[in-house]
Amino acid sequence: MSTPYEPYLLTADGTADFGALRRYEERGGWAAARRAVTEMTPAEVIGLVKAAGLRGRGGAGFPAGVKWGFVPPPDRVPGPRYLVVNADESEPGTFKDQALLETDPHLTLEGAVIAAYAIGAETIYIYIRGEMPAEARILQEAIHEAYGAGHLGAGLYDTATRMDVTVHRGAGAYICGEETALLTSLEGGRGYPRIKPPFPAFSGLFGQPTIINNVETLANVPAIVNRGVAWFRSMGTEQSPGGKIFSLSGHLKRPGNYEAPLGIGLLTLLHDPRYGAGPWQERPFKAVIPGGSSVPVLRADELDVRMDFESLQAAGTMLGSGGVIAMDESVDMVEVLYNLARFYHHESCGQCTPCREGTGWTARILRRFHENRGREEDLALLLDIADQMMGKTICPLADALAMPVKSHVTKFPDEFRRHMGGEIPRYVPPSSWAVG
Amino acid sequence: MSLAFSERARAEIDRLLARYPTRGAATLPVLRVAEREFGGIDDDVMVLVADTLDLSPAQVRGVFSFYTHLRRPGWGKYVLQVCATLSCALRGCEGLADHLEARLGIRAGQTTPDRRFTLLKVECLARCGESPVLQVNDDMYVNVTPAKADAILESLP
Repeated sequence: MSTPYEPYLLTADGTADFGALRRYEERGGWAAARRAVTEMTPAEVIGLVKAAGLRGRGGAGFPAGVKWGFVPPPDRVPGPRYLVVNADESEPGTFKDQALLETDPHLTLEGAVIAAYAIGAETIYIYIRGEMPAEARILQEAIHEAYGAGHLGAGLYDTATRMDVTVHRGAGAYICGEETALLTSLEGGRGYPRIKPPFPAFSGLFGQPTIINNVETLANVPAIVNRGVAWFRSMGTEQSPGGKIFSLSGHLKRPGNYEAPLGIGLLTLLHDPRYGAGPWQERPFKAVIPGGSSVPVLRADELDVRMDFESLQAAGTMLGSGGVIAMDESVDMVEVLYNLARFYHHESCGQCTPCREGTGWTARILRRFHENRGREEDLALLLDIADQMMGKTICPLADALAMPVKSHVTKFPDEFRRHMGGEIPRYVPPSSWAVG
Repeated sequence: MSLAFSERARAEIDRLLARYPTRGAATLPVLRVAEREFGGIDDDVMVLVADTLDLSPAQVRGVFSFYTHLRRPGWGKYVLQVCATLSCALRGCEGLADHLEARLGIRAGQTTPDRRFTLLKVECLARCGESPVLQVNDDMYVNVTPAKADAILESLP
């Protein structure tokens, strides 16, 4: 970066309770929605976001403009279109959407209005985690303000466009962050993912064309409309343009959300005093999960990587949601994996056998290790189960455990061998308490 | 069936139904209304919700059982949720949980005999940068030390 990075996502000061609209408008807020709706065609908005190269910030990294472009024209599929905001943030280690909604609800709302306009939707549903009642209230208040100011409702900006928003609270289920499970849940069912195709862009919510976008993805859109493609592409990398909120947690002096250009060094995020500021108790890092709990873990000697989609893929892991979990040398990787296995077993919806059974088997084998009763053959067994889970299910939840299993077992085999009746060093994570 | 929604709740349900093209889509929102109205969701409440939405009771039971965040019958006045997932585990949520178990004299998953507190171990609450995290009903508390947890509990009416 020749010029210093200027944040455009986390720009609000403090929480957004009352008067959020006035403060947002003072920072130039809602000008992009007005401009998109009154001066641009939907196709132009899609073209702009495509050209900017904005990739989904929820985990998969799919280009947002391309996704919007999948919505078929009304003569092919008639009836309403829906824009669904995925605010069901629940990937362990990720808390960026929570911050965006708490501090600046109008930013996401504005992005959602622009996206809805682009795909021809007049109805927006915001599916927010049940565990975020405060953020749901803040959003509701912001929506009320936006209706009052003419940013939502009928005759939007004196055009024929109409825009309605409904906040829909989830009720505690990680799987509902998966976009098709989210749709099933929004329709009033158990949160079961659906087989694709049909893709939601064709047949989604209530059987109608639907686009689901993550909160942070939408929060990028107003700035792209305001400042253009060249500005957006001046940050980040060729394949991963723009800025990103990185959620830092675990053994850091300054855990928290930090906005930085994509492609920033992981070591910078971990050590720079502006970001993580190094290990909290001066013990060196042992391992770092770079993109939320589902992605392969990196060893201490693998941390010299750039935080963008392509670099992390080349390093054998993923950017995912950008949730960086740092672990120092006091951590026992067996306990880390046991904690994650328990999580995914708890959150498996149970539809697909490889996931329902595989997450349970994995958790039970790891419990054996936790109780210092691991066996040498269990290492191969864990890898075999992970292979049986990868890519064999409707949604990626099975992969989300299989990838950590493979990376933990292959990168830290000696730690597992210490749990075969030998002397186990002191560990940090509390899996013994957490079971049940 | 004796159980019924209040006038106010019925008006709220009507407003909710207007926001969806199907009645079934209002299941979670109406369960939320029922949770407030009746203090928890037992079988009778599920039958009432099913009736209200023209769904079968089995359908509503199936949905209810899928989601962990809806109030179960028998839960205490205050539901204490301690996040136990990795980031919180790395920053000492076990100590917080141990402390609450000792202070309340119950294990995670249990309710105090006076029905004041239910203690739950839950999965990621999306506040990983400020762990340990404790959610008390709708209120989120972060960076919770045992002393801070004591102060929070003592401040509850």
